[in-house]
Amino acid sequence: MSVQNLNTFDPFADEGDVLGSTKDVGSQQNYIHIRIQQRNGRKTLTTLQGLPKEYDAKKLLKAFKKEFACNGTLVEDEEMGQVIQLQGDQRLKISNFLTEEGIPKATIKVHGF
Amino acid sequence: MASEEPLFDPSLKKKKPKKKTVAFSEDPLGADADPTTPAPDVIEDRTVDGESVDMGSKTMHEQLKQNDASADGEEEDPSAMFGDLKKKKKKKKEIPLDLDGDEGSGTSTPITTAPAATEDLDFSDLKKKKKSSKKKAAFDLDAFEKELQAESKKEDGDEEAEQDGEHLLNVDESELGENVFANTTEAPTGLDAGNEAWLKSDRDYTYQELLQRFYASLHASNPALLTSTGKRYVIVPPSLAREGNKKTIFTNITDICRRMHRQPEHVIQFLFSEMGTTGSVDGQGRLVIKGRFQQKQLENVLRRYIVEYVTCKTCKSFDTLLTKENRIFFMTCESCGSRRSVNPIKTGFQAQVGKRSKTKAAQ
Repeated sequence: MSVQNLNTFDPFADEGDVLGSTKDVGSQQNYIHIRIQQRNGRKTLTTLQGLPKEYDAKKLLKAFKKEFACNGTLVEDEEMGQVIQLQGDQRLKISNFLTEEGIPKATIKVHGF
Repeated sequence: MASEEPLFDPSLKKKKPKKKTVAFSEDPLGADADPTTPAPDVIEDRTVDGESVDMGSKTMHEQLKQNDASADGEEEDPSAMFGDLKKKKKKKKEIPLDLDGDEGSGTSTPITTAPAATEDLDFSDLKKKKKSSKKKAAFDLDAFEKELQAESKKEDGDEEAEQDGEHLLNVDESELGENVFANTTEAPTGLDAGNEAWLKSDRDYTYQELLQRFYASLHASNPALLTSTGKRYVIVPPSLAREGNKKTIFTNITDICRRMHRQPEHVIQFLFSEMGTTGSVDGQGRLVIKGRFQQKQLENVLRRYIVEYVTCKTCKSFDTLLTKENRIFFMTCESCGSRRSVNPIKTGFQAQVGKRSKTKAAQ
């Protein structure tokens, strides 16, 4: 005989995996981080990390270099994937460029001082 | 390369020379509350991971404020917030004025100017004047802050939209500065009691409308709620000294941490990750940072820290505690009791700077 009150009942059984359904829980992937690093003297380095896969980093780098009149390189990082490095402080220029190209501003994070 | 001067300022941002107190206001916009500037919130209810933290009732006040503003001015179209450049330009111009007004009327802002600090600022200003076109630089910082906030706002919108239920979604979008009624087709425009839309038709009232009604009557009976912008949060400006040529000493970090009720380790970690540098704490509890930094640069970073890790997103109080549970930091508000998790501090990609041989030797 079964007593109904004693049955174990999971009230969230039909909820499914709530957290699993939203893809970006606990991940940082969906942000484009623009950082700055100091070098010698007044010199700085700007890094762009977390570019979505659908953009060609190489082509973007080329456009950056032409647009901002600076040099730059593409660095392969085992954790972060492809990272664009540019000479000088190009943070605002990059974020403007990306937003003008249709990347939502919400996904761009500018770090630094 | 004039090495003994604090020249390094890659961002070319300039603060107004007037602003000597470092008032870490709870939100730079909201503090100079101009009723016409939309969306005075820096609230980001998400962690770094993009996970949105639902905080419920955070800004109905602001929403109402906006509604009032848009009601007497032009109506905001829903897309305005999301990329109307005109709007942004207007805001930029308003800000410096607001700052002035705020300084002048400065209700309860204690003047905490360290003499060294002023010197520092003035000096950098002089430098700047020679070089960059003055006006533009003056606006630049504001513009940048604006962007930061706009960014965070939008993030709110997107994240919430993904995850939240229907009415919550409405609330959130509206407090992001959009027209509250963007989603509902039959739009009640006024907030006045007695002419709600559902009275004329035989449909039922919606949650949104009831909420509007509630806040309208709340503010009608308590007008002080709308005008009070909250206390300003004042912290002594970071005092920086230069050690040698390549290091900066942050002397009063323990004091600042004590005022924020935060562990110095946490603050230091944030500073380092945000500025992309390293450093150490010396015997007297001062922080030695590698690289040259100016006071205002550090101020900016600290301001961001406060927005992110000190202010309560629900009630905007600064009376919060940060505790660690299961490797996750939680922020508990002492005044309203809300609790939320905060972003873990992540350093991200660090480019190779300096000599490779040195970094190799260090490993």
